[in-house]
Amino acid sequence: MYKYILRRSVLAIPTLLIATMLVFTMVRLVPGDVLDTIMEESLVSEPTKDVEMLKAELGLDKPFHVQYWNFITGIVTRGDLGVTLRNRQPVLTEIARRMPVTLELAIMAQILALVIAIPIGIISAIRQDTLLDYFFRSVAIANISIPSFWLATLVITLTAVWFRWVPPTYYVAPWENPIENLKMFFIPALILGLVLSGRVMRMTRTMMLEVMRHDYIRTAWSKGLTEPTIIYRHALKNALIPVVTVVGLEIVGLIGGSVVLESIFSLPGIGSYFINALRLRDYPIIQGINVMVVAWVVLVNLAVDLSYAFLDPRIRYR
Amino acid sequence: MASEVSAVLADQLRRKGGMSPWWEAVHTLFTRKYLATFGLAVLVLLILTAAFADVVAPYSPVALDFPSALQAPSAQHLLGTDQLGRDLLSRMIYGARTSIFVGVGVMLIAVTLGSIVGGVSAYKGGKFDVVVQRLVDAVQSVPALLLLLTIISIIGPSMINIILALGFRAAIGDSRVVRGSVLGIMENQYIEGARAIGAGNLRILVRYVLPNIMAPIIVVGSLQLGAAILAESTLSFLGWGVPPPTPTWGGMLSNEARRFMIDAPWLAIFPGLALSLAVYGINMFGDGLRDVFDPRLRGSR
Repeated sequence: MYKYILRRSVLAIPTLLIATMLVFTMVRLVPGDVLDTIMEESLVSEPTKDVEMLKAELGLDKPFHVQYWNFITGIVTRGDLGVTLRNRQPVLTEIARRMPVTLELAIMAQILALVIAIPIGIISAIRQDTLLDYFFRSVAIANISIPSFWLATLVITLTAVWFRWVPPTYYVAPWENPIENLKMFFIPALILGLVLSGRVMRMTRTMMLEVMRHDYIRTAWSKGLTEPTIIYRHALKNALIPVVTVVGLEIVGLIGGSVVLESIFSLPGIGSYFINALRLRDYPIIQGINVMVVAWVVLVNLAVDLSYAFLDPRIRYR
Repeated sequence: MASEVSAVLADQLRRKGGMSPWWEAVHTLFTRKYLATFGLAVLVLLILTAAFADVVAPYSPVALDFPSALQAPSAQHLLGTDQLGRDLLSRMIYGARTSIFVGVGVMLIAVTLGSIVGGVSAYKGGKFDVVVQRLVDAVQSVPALLLLLTIISIIGPSMINIILALGFRAAIGDSRVVRGSVLGIMENQYIEGARAIGAGNLRILVRYVLPNIMAPIIVVGSLQLGAAILAESTLSFLGWGVPPPTPTWGGMLSNEARRFMIDAPWLAIFPGLALSLAVYGINMFGDGLRDVFDPRLRGSR
């Protein structure tokens, strides 16, 4: 088993390196006229800098591999992701400040998604091909088809028009004032959760169906076990293993979803920070967020892979 | 996976005594899967609207008419007007054109590029495959939206750039599916046999591998269409999509338009409704296709 863990962990490193190199390269390909735009729009304090100084600042004057090496060693040894163009703040600090908001949104959304999707997936599977099943399958597809920003816009507009209420726009941490915090987060988390739940619903249904065809389930039936026992004790545990994968992969979708929802609901998280940085062409921030998110995704996927070793004993012996 | 598809269809062929596998699939689609047929109808409607936009739309989508701004749906403007006096219905009809254009473009690039990358990677195998798969993993580790936004902020938002960027990202995802299919095919003996009689690599790929992976390619392609339309609309919503004045459904729902929605809720409802129905229909169709081509996965028939 430890060989498996080691093997998986080692394999993650090249992926991480390649992904960061990809991000790094993209940012270095910024065309010249964009640099001019950066100069004009975002450098608040020194408007007279010329392109050469800006390039030196971004480290663009050194050869590529030197830049990349400096960058990686900077991250690994000092946690240094550079400074923002706008006001010289360290990128890492700025990201860390906004991280709790996005984390809260993501965790709430994921929990809501699972709470909604897994029961529906199970019911859909055990009542396969009934009207209920078709209804739930349609709902699942609808969930992944309806754009989250439309749903959010509708909800905000209609609650404003009918109930004369808008969600609060001033961020309050959950430990300061849980009620206010929930008022702010509940609707975006619900919408994001709905979008995510579609995929989990379908996955759960598919896996339950597959598991229920297996012989050991038939044995359980012939032993005379009741339906709930069979479902919870035998079928569910096996069916949920791939669902864990899906949840791990969902994190990628969560980040994307949070970008949209944070910008609609004015949540001061990483998503809205990213959007603002794009507008201002603040490339250290763009690069920094990409790198951090990539690292996060690779780590979560690694964790999911490793958790397989615990959940599915068959994997350990491969 | 794909070899089993062929096996299932071949079996049906033997039993029915001669209907071509494609007609079999289409037949099943129309007689059994009603929702998928509905989805196909939506898709066809979308394509027709996009193609005949000039004929169908009552007004020009860019005709500014400030005196008529923010009017509720009426006999003159069936879906109302926006903040610049443009007719919403006409904008939505031309928006269909944008969506289809981008969607189909992305789908074609994704399927072509993805098939080549995935197919060659699986066929060559060995170190080449490992390296390519690492690259694919790495690109997939960056959340799609972040990657796309970063790319577009660098190369600039325009219809072509967006189609290329979206197509590239979708191709990466597709290459995984194609690779899996091809790996499955390669385990079959007829590939070995073909090589034994001296068939060259290209011939094997085209004559033996390609027909058998068509089914998953079609399924994945149809799902890409919906995903691409949704992705383009998300980019437009965030302000990085096809630039104005080209009408695009996502752009009509963007943050700039939002401040007028309290006074004019129809601006919020209709573009989003069109988007949702279009993507929903396409996804239903793709889902039905998948059920027909890969009965094992669905478990019902």
